[in-house]
Amino acid sequence: MEFPILSLMLAVPLVAAIACLFLGAHSARMVALFATLFDLALGVLLWLNFDIGGAQWQFVERAEIFAGFSYALGIDGIALMLIMLSVFLMPICILASWDAITKRVGEYMAAFLLMEVLMIGVFAAQDMFLFYIFFEAGLIPMYLIIGVWGGDNRIYASYKFFLYTLLGSVLMLIAMMWMVNEAGTTDIPTLLNYDFSPQAQTWLWLAFFASFAVKMPMWPVHTWLPDAHVQAPTAGSVILAGVLLKLGGYGFIRFSLPMFPEASAQFAWLVFALSMVAVIYTSLVALVQHDMKKLIAYSSVAHMAIVTAGLFAFNVQGIEGAMMVMLGHGLVSGALFLCVGVIYDRLHTREIDRYGGLSINMPKYALFFLLFTMASIGLPGTSNFVGEFLALAGLYKVSTLVTLVCTTGIILGAAYMLYLYRRVAFGEQRNADAARMPDLNAREWLMLAPIAAATLWMGVYPESFLAPMRQDIAALEVRMARAAPEGDSQLRVGEPMERNANFVAAAHDAEGAH
Amino acid sequence: MNLASSLYFTGAEVGLSIVGLVLLLVSAWGGPRSARLVTILAVSALVGATLFSGHLFDLAVRETAGRAFGDLYRADTFGSFAKILIYLATIAVLMVTPRFFDQRGAYRPEYPVLMLFNAVGMGMMVSATDLMTLYIGLEMSSLASYVLASFLRNDTRSAEAGLKYFVLGALASGIILYGVSLVYGFTGSTNYEGIRAAFAIEFSTGALFGVVFVLAGLAFKVSAVPFHMWTPDVYEGAPTPVTAFFATAPKVAAMAMLVRMAMEPFAGEVDAWRQIVIFAALASIVVGALGAIGQQNLKRLLAYSSINNVGFILIGLAAATPAGVAGVMTYLAIYVAMTVGSFTALLMLRDPMGQNLETFDDIAGLSTNRPALAWCLLALMFSLAGIPPLFGFWGKFVVFQAAVQADLVALAAIGIAASVIGAFYYIKFVKVMFFDDATREVETESPIGHWIVLGLSVAIISPLGYFLTIPLGEWSAAAAASFAAAM
Repeated sequence: MEFPILSLMLAVPLVAAIACLFLGAHSARMVALFATLFDLALGVLLWLNFDIGGAQWQFVERAEIFAGFSYALGIDGIALMLIMLSVFLMPICILASWDAITKRVGEYMAAFLLMEVLMIGVFAAQDMFLFYIFFEAGLIPMYLIIGVWGGDNRIYASYKFFLYTLLGSVLMLIAMMWMVNEAGTTDIPTLLNYDFSPQAQTWLWLAFFASFAVKMPMWPVHTWLPDAHVQAPTAGSVILAGVLLKLGGYGFIRFSLPMFPEASAQFAWLVFALSMVAVIYTSLVALVQHDMKKLIAYSSVAHMAIVTAGLFAFNVQGIEGAMMVMLGHGLVSGALFLCVGVIYDRLHTREIDRYGGLSINMPKYALFFLLFTMASIGLPGTSNFVGEFLALAGLYKVSTLVTLVCTTGIILGAAYMLYLYRRVAFGEQRNADAARMPDLNAREWLMLAPIAAATLWMGVYPESFLAPMRQDIAALEVRMARAAPEGDSQLRVGEPMERNANFVAAAHDAEGAH
Repeated sequence: MNLASSLYFTGAEVGLSIVGLVLLLVSAWGGPRSARLVTILAVSALVGATLFSGHLFDLAVRETAGRAFGDLYRADTFGSFAKILIYLATIAVLMVTPRFFDQRGAYRPEYPVLMLFNAVGMGMMVSATDLMTLYIGLEMSSLASYVLASFLRNDTRSAEAGLKYFVLGALASGIILYGVSLVYGFTGSTNYEGIRAAFAIEFSTGALFGVVFVLAGLAFKVSAVPFHMWTPDVYEGAPTPVTAFFATAPKVAAMAMLVRMAMEPFAGEVDAWRQIVIFAALASIVVGALGAIGQQNLKRLLAYSSINNVGFILIGLAAATPAGVAGVMTYLAIYVAMTVGSFTALLMLRDPMGQNLETFDDIAGLSTNRPALAWCLLALMFSLAGIPPLFGFWGKFVVFQAAVQADLVALAAIGIAASVIGAFYYIKFVKVMFFDDATREVETESPIGHWIVLGLSVAIISPLGYFLTIPLGEWSAAAAASFAAAM
């Protein structure tokens, strides 16, 4: 029997979470930091031992300790990358809350550690109901994080977050029960290759879509996100944007696309339409925001729309691109929220107008902020460029129009991000208190530098991240091939002309005679 | 079928009746001083009855169900399972009761005695296989309940609750009796098997009326919509420990009686009663959820919560399959743990003077005053809302799965979507305790007995409960197998 590394990754933060409930502020912080760092080390170990090109499902564990479902864990390359993202962001979240959270620290750290358990569980679950339990359980700690440690309007935001996502998810449970009843197994790898009848697929797809579209979030069910982001404490926003939004995309890749390929093709137009609206609409909304966090929240919706469009392109580039956007966005939007958090901790406001000219008194901060702004726009050399380029290239094979609209969204993205950066970092120092703010301290360096390095790594050498996923995405494409839609480019292979285009009959002779 | 075996199979009821009568004499001679002794003896009698029911359960699994008194009464797995739940809930309630009444100087030994007679009645309800036994058990339990509801006789709210419960309960009993007489008139039998055989030959409109009346009366007893009106008032007015009792043991008994009724005498007429059950289920879920939203009183809120839960339990019954019955039993077991825990936590909420607190304003900011209690209540509320990984989710899971397997996908989808409405007020509970600031002082110490009951309940509904899924599933399936012949 193999060493149960996935279970260990679940157990470490779980034990630490329980311990934190009983500890004082300082020791709770230390325990949380060590537990998350230990999990990060385990994650690195997981990645190093992941056999690229080996079996599809690795580190498989299975124990029949429950009735009706099993405790089955295992990961493929896609899950591996998302688990890495989670364990990478977690210690940074703990650091971000180091000084900002002063009340009920033990409970706060416990909630975050519990969140980590559940996120790893979602990505590692190989049993449908186990997946659902992890997926849904995340509501509880997040509700508490927003509600107890959030901003002024935190209660409204926490209710909205909880009820919105719960309503989205419950129908998925019924769909899962139907599938299990039909296929006679709860095992995800088996269900991946089970062919449901196309009529049933339509309903099942819609039920899953209701859940994932809310989590993603897609327009028009995105409205919980700006509220939740704005009210959550900095680290809460990082986790929301960094990992929780990825649950929706992961759900599409793991369930909707491979299990219901026909229905996915049938509803691709819907996804495209919603994505197009989202890209343009939320980008325009982001342009007029006065609240930094809200602006970044809307930009998240726009980026996620590119993910959904890329996923439903039904080809390798589209899906690889979507995955890369998810990973890149996880890092970059997380980092942007951290950047907001850094100045929020100093001035306690998120109003853009209250800042200005920060590059004068906080040059190091301005540099990091610039890097992440550029990464968010998708500048070549940063993580998001790779993902967006691949996703749009894949999308172009299917639909010119959708690609055109989504690309416009990227231009708008450049507009709102550069506009934000100009107002915050450049120009005159309009506010005396903002001008007095000190530059980054060592703790903030420790938070931002690793994300910056990862962003550049992903931009310069994306192969490290694509390689583990390649085989799984290829398998996914094969699975969906029978339903893949025709491209709208109407490519025709032309007849070659007899002569070169610059051939001029008369001149040719004359020149020859010369 | 001799007398000895009949007495053996009804051993739990016989034993409890004898202990009850003896304790009645003790309390008559001993007066209020004997209250604690009587309580302890009553609890031990109930523990004995629980063990004996476990033995009968085991016996029925290995061999066959025992029939007593010419098939008036059956000691099968289903009845034994329900009885174990009933006795355990009664024990838990008796453990947390005395402190509540002591504070008012109103604890008297009649209380445990009434609980014992109530338990006898409930045992008969779940084991009855004849309309006569059923009615006697039902009345025995109900009459004890009416007295218990008005046990604080100097308190007008308590007296009002008792009177209300009595009047409406008598009406429901009348409806049941009317239905019973119709069923008897059209089948010529009061025995469950006889009724089923007669219905198999002919199921006339008159008999349908009988079935509807019986089900309506039983719906009153389980407080399913539209017969739920009494629940909030009685739950609010009755002394809190009595409310805890009403929300658990009699509810299990009435629900088990309803399930047996539907699955044995009426098993052939599933199509006739299924639509009634479906309506009652969905209406209970929605009304239970909407009614709770505006409530300030926590007991009233938990009353609506119990209506809401009954709706989910009825979804399992609507499936009308062994899996559905097993789901109902699993749900009931989890429901008892959740409800006992919630009311115990409520009993532990007192101000420094020892006055019990029971409104939302009183528990504001509880997480800073009593963190342990607040976390227990948080787990209980999320469990009642059915959010995984708490064990309350499992109860919903099994009933909905049974409904899906019985091709009632639309029912399951509507039911689960409506459960989101209920989540609203459960998370309001959490919001008030955790997000709001404390407004008042609360008592900081609670007796160890309360902590034991609360701790056990919370341990069951915590994620640890999932380790119970295998044994609980087996027991529930064994209980549901009692009706194998009828399905």
